[in-house]
Order: sequence, then C-alpha cells, then structure tokens
Amino acid sequence: MNKKMLNYILKRFLLALFTIWIVITITFFIMHAVPGGPFLSEKAASPETTAALQAKYGLDKPILEQYFNYLSGVIKFDFGPSLKYKGITVTELIVTGFKTSAFIGGIAALIAILIGVFLGSIAAVNHKTKLDQAIMFFSTAFVALPSFITASILLLVFCVKLQWFPANGLTTKGLILPIISLSLSPMSYITRLTRSSTLDVMGQDYIRTAKAKGVNYWVIIFKHSLRNALTPVITYIGPMLASVLTGSLVVEKIFTVAGIGKYFVSSIVNRDYMMIMGTTIFLTTIVIIMLFLTDIMYKIVNPRVDLE
Amino acid sequence: MSNHLLEVNNLKTSFFIPAGEVKAVDDVSFTLDKGEVLGIVGESGSGKSVTAYSIMQILSKPGEIVGGSVKFDNQELVGMSEAQLRKIRGAKISIIFQDPMTSLNPVYTVGNQIDEAIKLHTNLKGDQVHKKTIEILTQVGVNDPEKRAKQYPFEFSGGMLQRVMIAMALVCEPDILIADEPTTALDVTIQAQIMELMRELQKKLGMSIILITHDLGVVADMCDKIQVMYAGKIVERGTAKEIFYNPKHEYTKGLLKSIPSTQNKKKLIPIQGNPIDLLNIPKGCAFSPRCEQCMKICLEQYPAVKVFSETQQASCWMNVFKELKGSGTVE
Repeated sequence: MNKKMLNYILKRFLLALFTIWIVITITFFIMHAVPGGPFLSEKAASPETTAALQAKYGLDKPILEQYFNYLSGVIKFDFGPSLKYKGITVTELIVTGFKTSAFIGGIAALIAILIGVFLGSIAAVNHKTKLDQAIMFFSTAFVALPSFITASILLLVFCVKLQWFPANGLTTKGLILPIISLSLSPMSYITRLTRSSTLDVMGQDYIRTAKAKGVNYWVIIFKHSLRNALTPVITYIGPMLASVLTGSLVVEKIFTVAGIGKYFVSSIVNRDYMMIMGTTIFLTTIVIIMLFLTDIMYKIVNPRVDLE
Repeated sequence: MSNHLLEVNNLKTSFFIPAGEVKAVDDVSFTLDKGEVLGIVGESGSGKSVTAYSIMQILSKPGEIVGGSVKFDNQELVGMSEAQLRKIRGAKISIIFQDPMTSLNPVYTVGNQIDEAIKLHTNLKGDQVHKKTIEILTQVGVNDPEKRAKQYPFEFSGGMLQRVMIAMALVCEPDILIADEPTTALDVTIQAQIMELMRELQKKLGMSIILITHDLGVVADMCDKIQVMYAGKIVERGTAKEIFYNPKHEYTKGLLKSIPSTQNKKKLIPIQGNPIDLLNIPKGCAFSPRCEQCMKICLEQYPAVKVFSETQQASCWMNVFKELKGSGTVE
C-alpha cells in the first residue's frame, strides 16, 4: 500500500461514480420512453385515482424534473419507495433479498472456484486419459445445459424421487440444491479454463526447470504451474461473482428462494420505476466492485501486472 | 564397477508422434570423468538436448528412453524411481537451459527460486537458506544481491538471468553441470562473460561439465573432449586438439569451415542443405545427402567406427577410402 496504490483506488472510485451516473441516466430515460406505467392494469382504475397516484409519486412532473429529483435522492442514498410493494422502500427490498442471494451465491461461487480449479488441474495433469475425458464430458454438459434444466433435474431426482431435500428454499437444508444448481455452470466453465491454461503452462520452460531442480510433482502443479495458469480464471471470476451473487430468477423460482433475482425481471414487468432504477444501480455497483477486485487479484497473482 | 562419474551406454531415446517414431538419440555412448569438460556439438535437431534431458530423466511426452543405460556414480538412472531421481536432480546433476528469460518462473522472486533449490537438497533453515542464496548470487557476479534476490525475473536482463540460472544450478554443489546451449539466447559480449564465469566456477568448484552447443568456437578453449552429433548419433569424438586440427568426419570438417574468422577474409563455406528428417533417416550415413564427398557406399551402409587414437574415433567412409587409396587398392 503506497501512494501509487491509493491514487489508483481513488481514480477507480471516481470512474465508478461516473459509470453509475451514465447507467442511471440511460436507464431512466429509456424506462420512461417505454409506453405504459406502474398504475396501468387490466382492471382500469378511474382516471382520478391514477392521477392521484401519479401525483403522489411525482410522476406528473416534467421528465427532467423527475430525473433531477431522482438523482438528488440517490446522492443521499434514498432510492425511493417501491411502487408495487406498498409501504416498503426499494433499499429495504434489495437488502432483504440480497442477504439470501449473497449467502447462497457466495457459497456457490466458492464451491465453483475451488472444485473448478481442482478438477481443471486434475484433468490437465491426466491429459488424454479416461479421467480427463470424463471431466471434460461433464463440464461441457453443464456449461451447455441451461440452469432451468439442471435445476429441474436436481429437483426431480433429489426432492421428488429420493426425497432427500425439501423442495423449497425456506429452510437451510432447502438451500443446498439451489446452491448446487447455481454453482454447476460456473464450476464447469472454471474447470475448462483451468484445464486449458494448465496444459499451456505445463509446457513452459520454467516447469522443466522446476523438474530439473528436483521439485516434487504436486509442488510443480500447485506452486509453479497453478499461479501462472490462474490469470484467465480470474478474468472470468469477476463477472461470474457479480452474476451469481445477485441471484438467479430461474433458480429462485424453481426452489422458492426469497432472493433478489426475481426483482430484476418483475420490476420491469410491473413498471415499478423506482425498483427498476434500484436494481440497475445495485447490479452496476456489484459489477464495478467485482471488476475492481479482479484487477487487484491480477496484481496479487502476477507481479508483472502494473496497476495504472 | 567403473571409475567414470557418468557412463552412458547405447542410449536410445525416441519421440512417438502420430507420423511415427523419431529416433532423436540413437545408440549414443560416452563417459564423463570427475572434473572433465565434455563438449557436445551439432546443429539443431541432432539430439544434443535430448541426450541431456535423457541423462536428467526430464523428457516430456511423447519422448521416451527406449534402450541403453545411464550410470551416474555406478547407479543406474534409467528406470530409477521418481523419488530417488529427485534427490539426484539439482543436487548431483544440474542443468541450465538455453533461454534464461523463459526458464525461470515469472511469478516468483529470483531469491525464492534459489531458496527452493537449497531447501530441497540441504538441511539449511530460515536465515541460513537466505544467506546461502546471497552467497551464491555474489559468486556468479550479481551486483547488490540482497536487492536482486527480492526481484522478479522480468526485472533482470538475459545475461543476469543466466547468471541466476547458474547460481541456482550450482547452489547445491552438483558433481555434473549440464549446460544446454547456455549462451545461444544471449548477445555476443554477454556470451563471453557467461563462458568466462562457467570456466571460473568450474576451476573453483571442480565439477564436471557437459557443454552442449552448436557453436564450435564456444567449446574450443573450454572442453577437454568434444563429441560431434548428427541425426542422433555421435559421428566423431576426440580431444579439442584432434577435432580442430585433425577432423576425421566430413561433417566435422564442414562445421569447422563454417566458423567465421576475424584474421583472414576467407569466404565462409556453409554446409549445404538442411538437417535430416529424423522420420526418414537414410539407410547409410545420415549425412550422405549433404556430403560433398558422398560415395555410393555412403548411401547404402552405415560406416563403422574407426579408431584413430585413444581418444579420437569417427564414423565416415572417407577414412576407409583414404586408407584403401593409400595402399593402392583403389584409384
């Protein structure tokens, strides 16, 4: 931690604020450009009721005024009330949902990284053997299968047939299957990345040097090779974390988990303006944080990286 | 029991690729004594490096030793268990490679990598390991070793990295140092410095060296004996003097003619053609397609080894031809 590092973090922070502002602006105007509104439903309310509601949430004001009002709210970390769930603020909804999503997402990501890197290394050192082929077969399958299929299969096998787990995510035991279905795809992807970059690194001159020095086989793999092979994996881990931590609509629906994933879709369907803005800002922030951590990880793993 | 430090007998190493078997080292035998410097010379693809890797048993797939033996200190290395081999690699036999820029792990400090070698093969602990690392770095001429040990390979120049490689190879005081084209990737002035360093350390530590190179000039003033390789076989061997003043194989003669000289402005005569395709070795002498003196028999039969002195041998039909010519049997 020196001055250069502090400068770098400050620069990244300012850049992040700028990015969030751009995202807010674009989302805000596109959202309002789409016809319809939060208070339109099949049961048409009387024009007076609608007008009263619009006035209550300030939706009758000119669009620019609404924009600046919203911005000044965001600066004070006030993301407004939900237009759909009455009496709850957007912040409360997101925080409650994120607690669950981040919990299962965090565990899923950890499993994906640890097992993925391990299986990838195993496949690489057993290159062209049956074990390698088996690992490659399953990882290709789980990368290719969409989550609603893997989740449904898990549900069918373990909840319905074997009855090992409850079919909802309301208890801790019930969270095991959602965690597995969340982790399968990134785990398989990490396996494939680790395998190919390990294969590449194992052919490098410095691996031969280590061998000639009398270094143990496993030390060669986990000390000399893995750290060099991790770069592409880290590149993937940043965006993957952002996506896994913010939940998945499909997995949450199938296993009845009270996570945040569903809001990303439902807020748009409901035209819940405040919620759309809230979830968008939230996702942007998470992605920015993860990308920042990714860059820091590069530096830790590879001393040649210069953070500038 | 033999008295040689290293004894290689009928070593055969092949690479099994989809196109077939590539005999990279084909029936190679030689010995190395304590304190001796042996030069192995030949062009790219002649099997020099594969010979070295076979001795160390660090061939990577699809390379495989298919026959022969490598005896170090009367222990057979071919077929020895990995655990036992690890005690020899880096401790008794060390190797330095052609390209120092890629031969060190980019994500660990230079000091860390030398420490690793020390920890593997000695009982030194903590501070003692660090002290030893600094000591060997000083010995190979790295300035400010305390600071340099904390730096990563990318912060070094090629010449400095080769010094580090030498330090790492010699830190456990091996009996044999294999130098696999140690100066090929360096520029000429640095080449001279590295060779000078190796000569100096060899005198000081008294280890044996196998110096592999495609540059006869490099081996000239350093090696006690030289063997010339072509297409996986040793075609001629002798002392440095014999090889330089009295070469007996057409290929050796060709190599000598292609050394540039600073004294006279004679035109450089290169050996025509390319190294042989190891998948398609001619029935006779492998050098015959490129040989200016090629005779009919050269294409059909591999020449037998002819002994010229206690130290010099060559496998070339021209020697037989000259002998017959001398006795008047042929014109």
